[in-house]
Formats: sequence, C-alpha cells, structure tokens
Amino acid sequence: MRNSTKTSLMLIVVDILAASLILTALFMVFYYAPVEVEMGLVQKIFYFHVAAAWTGMLGFLVALAAGIGLLRSGNMKWDIAGVAGVEIGLVFISLSTIMGSIWARPIWNTWWTWDPRLSTALIMMLIYFAYLLLRNGVEEPGRRARFSAVYAIVGFVSVPLTFLSIRLFRTIHPVIIGSSDPAATGVFEMSTRMTHTFMISLVAFSVLFVALFWHRVRLGVKLALFEQRKMEDFTGED
Amino acid sequence: MDYIRVILTIFWKDILAERRTREILSAMLVFALVVILLFVFAFDLSPETRRNTAAGVIWVTLCFSGTIGLNRTLSVEKDRGGIDGLMLAPADRTALFFGKALTNWVYMLLTALFVVPIYSLFNNTNLFSFTLLGVIMLGTFGYIVTGTLLSSLSLQLRSREMLLPVLLFPVVIPLLLSAIRATSILLEGGSQTELNTWLVLLFSYDLIFLAISVMVFDKIIED
Repeated sequence: MRNSTKTSLMLIVVDILAASLILTALFMVFYYAPVEVEMGLVQKIFYFHVAAAWTGMLGFLVALAAGIGLLRSGNMKWDIAGVAGVEIGLVFISLSTIMGSIWARPIWNTWWTWDPRLSTALIMMLIYFAYLLLRNGVEEPGRRARFSAVYAIVGFVSVPLTFLSIRLFRTIHPVIIGSSDPAATGVFEMSTRMTHTFMISLVAFSVLFVALFWHRVRLGVKLALFEQRKMEDFTGED
Repeated sequence: MDYIRVILTIFWKDILAERRTREILSAMLVFALVVILLFVFAFDLSPETRRNTAAGVIWVTLCFSGTIGLNRTLSVEKDRGGIDGLMLAPADRTALFFGKALTNWVYMLLTALFVVPIYSLFNNTNLFSFTLLGVIMLGTFGYIVTGTLLSSLSLQLRSREMLLPVLLFPVVIPLLLSAIRATSILLEGGSQTELNTWLVLLFSYDLIFLAISVMVFDKIIED
C-alpha cells in the first residue's frame, strides 16, 4: 500500500515536470528563439514537429523492445509496455504529421505531397494502426500478446526506413541535423538560440513521453487485472 | 538433410492436394485475369500509358491474387484438422513454415508466368525477359515470406482472412515499391546503376523478412 502511494507520488512529480517543461519549451519557441529570416513565424513549428516525431519513433522502439522481451520471457508485463508504446507513438506521429502539413502549406505550397519522407511516415502510421486492429481481433490474452509482439517486430522495419528516408532518397523534406538534399525546400541553419530551444523541446517531449507511458502502463495493469477477474467470474459460474 | 526432406514433403503434399482439387491455383489465375481487366477498363489505358503503367499493374495483380493463395494454403490445414498432424511431425517448426512458403511461392510464380504473357498479349508487346523473371522471383519471395508469417497469424484471429491484407500490405509496400521500380526500369529502360540500387534494396528486404520470420514463426503456432 505504502509502495503504491510512493509510486503515484513519483508519477505526479513526473507529470508536473513534463507540464512545466512543455510550457518552458513553448515559451522559448515564441519568445527566446529568433524568427527565421526566410520562412518567418511558421518555421517555429519545427521545434515541436521534430520533437513529436522523435517521441513517436521512441514509442515504436519501445514496442519493438517489449515485443522481443515478451517472446523471450513470456512475461505479460512486456505486452502492457508494448501496447503503451504503440498507442503513444501513433498519437505523436499523427501530431507530427499534422504539424508538418501546416508548415508545408506556406512553404511547399501544398498540404501533402508524395515525398519519400511523407510516404514512409504514412506507411508507418498504417502499420501501427493495423497493430491495434490485430489486438482487437484476438480475445485470449496470451495469444494476443504473442501476436502483437510478432507484428511489432515485423512492423518496426518501417521506422528506420522513415527515419533514413530523407537521408537516402531524393526528397524535398529538409534535413536540419545533417546535410540536406539540394532539392529540399525549407532548409535553414540553426542559430545558437534555435539550438537551445530545439534541445529543450526534445527534452520536454521525452519527459512527456515518460509521463504518458507511465500512465498507460498503470492503466494496462488495471485492465489486465480486470480481464483476469472477468475470466475468473466466468469460470466460477460454470 | 532431413530438414529439407520435411520441407519438400509438405510442399509435395500441397501440390498433390492441389492437383486433385484444383481450387487454389485456379482461383488465383482467374482472379489475376479479372484484376488485369479491371485495370484496363478503369483507366481506359492508351498504348502509351499502358507501357508506363505495366510494372504497377503486374505487381498489384500479383499481390492481390497472392493473398488468395496465402489465405488458403494454411487455412485448409486448420479447417480439415491437418495442422495438428503437421505440428506433430518430428521436425523443427520452421520446416512447416518453409514448406508452406515454398508452396505459396510456387503458386505465385505460376501466377506470374500467367500474368506476364497475358499482359503482353493484350498489349501486343513482349514483356518477358530473364532479368524480369529474376526481379519477379526476388519480389515475390519477400512478399511470400512475410505473407506466410502473417497469414499463419491472421488465420487464428476472430476475423480470419479479413485482416491479412490490412496487416500485410503496409509492411510490404517498400518491397513492392522496389520491385515495381526495378520492373519499370526493365520495361521502359533506365540506368543500370538505378536498377542495381532497387535490386539491392529488394534483396535486403528479402533477407530481413526471412530472418525475422525464421526467428518468430514458432511463437505464432505455439498452441
């Protein structure tokens, strides 16, 4: 009992930390970072766009690790971590895509283009959406865990592909860290203040990820317990 | 040596059953023909566009009829209780995987050997070349390996066959893209280096999916 109050206290601390970091990052984006010369205000989306994409991919990486862990040990805790990673990852990748789209409207003059980066990101979203459908289709928890783990491993191939797509293929998507394709539109050099803001945004989103992940795992544990009780009731009546 | 014999036995059993029932391959071939016709009518392809879209049409046709084979070869075992016998076989579980994958692959190659000449006939050109056959073998291999893995998973789901395309297609899109690009370079001409890039990508995808499948297959059919 005491142990659980201690963890929930820790969780509240992480929550507050995440919230204040996000507010700090937001403040820095608007008041600390300079306005980019060519693109103007819309460039400020960059900080949260990249941070959200990073968090999304981190979620999928966690799901991969959890999948491997589950198949090796058979411990159902891994399954709870896996679905938490995918759900949070999917939310953040969607956010990143929407932010990117808002940025692209003035800069590329279109909401969407079939660029390698955009296409691979879309494929990645489709795969993890299919992951959720797959979970929905299996009732028995043990089997659901194994199947999801397998699909999380197979599906993860899309993540490095998305990450590397702007570095391997010809693309108009800018690469800020590393060298861009000459065809890319919307490239800029980060000034020191921009780098600070960018780093704080990355940290803020990572801490936010930890907080959300923690909450989702707690929820997952409760759900698993609920499912177990339901099964017990069911067999008890027989 | 025993391992390979088990694979070939499973494969041969499937071929014998298919020779007597003729249900899977005939469905695949007829469906492939229907898809080609749909493409031709839907886009009212002019000779010019027909040449440019040939690679895409061929691969999408192959994929669609490929799912029929993928769904059937494993679900017949489940429906008729054959899966229990196969699992009892004194061999590594991956032998079952390779046996089924080999069956699926052969079905798909036969479909390709049907689709390419038919498409050539309809368009009064000859698309066939041995390099194209190589690209088709590489592309269908990766597709079948991933497909056999995911179909052994999807047929244990509540919705059975329904979910296989949803699970499979997004995963194989990059592989398909490489296959389509390589094919269109072969059909319309293009630089050799670009062709090599796509072939390398195709080959690495085949290897990655093969490795993953071998490692996780026995976790899917555990019970």
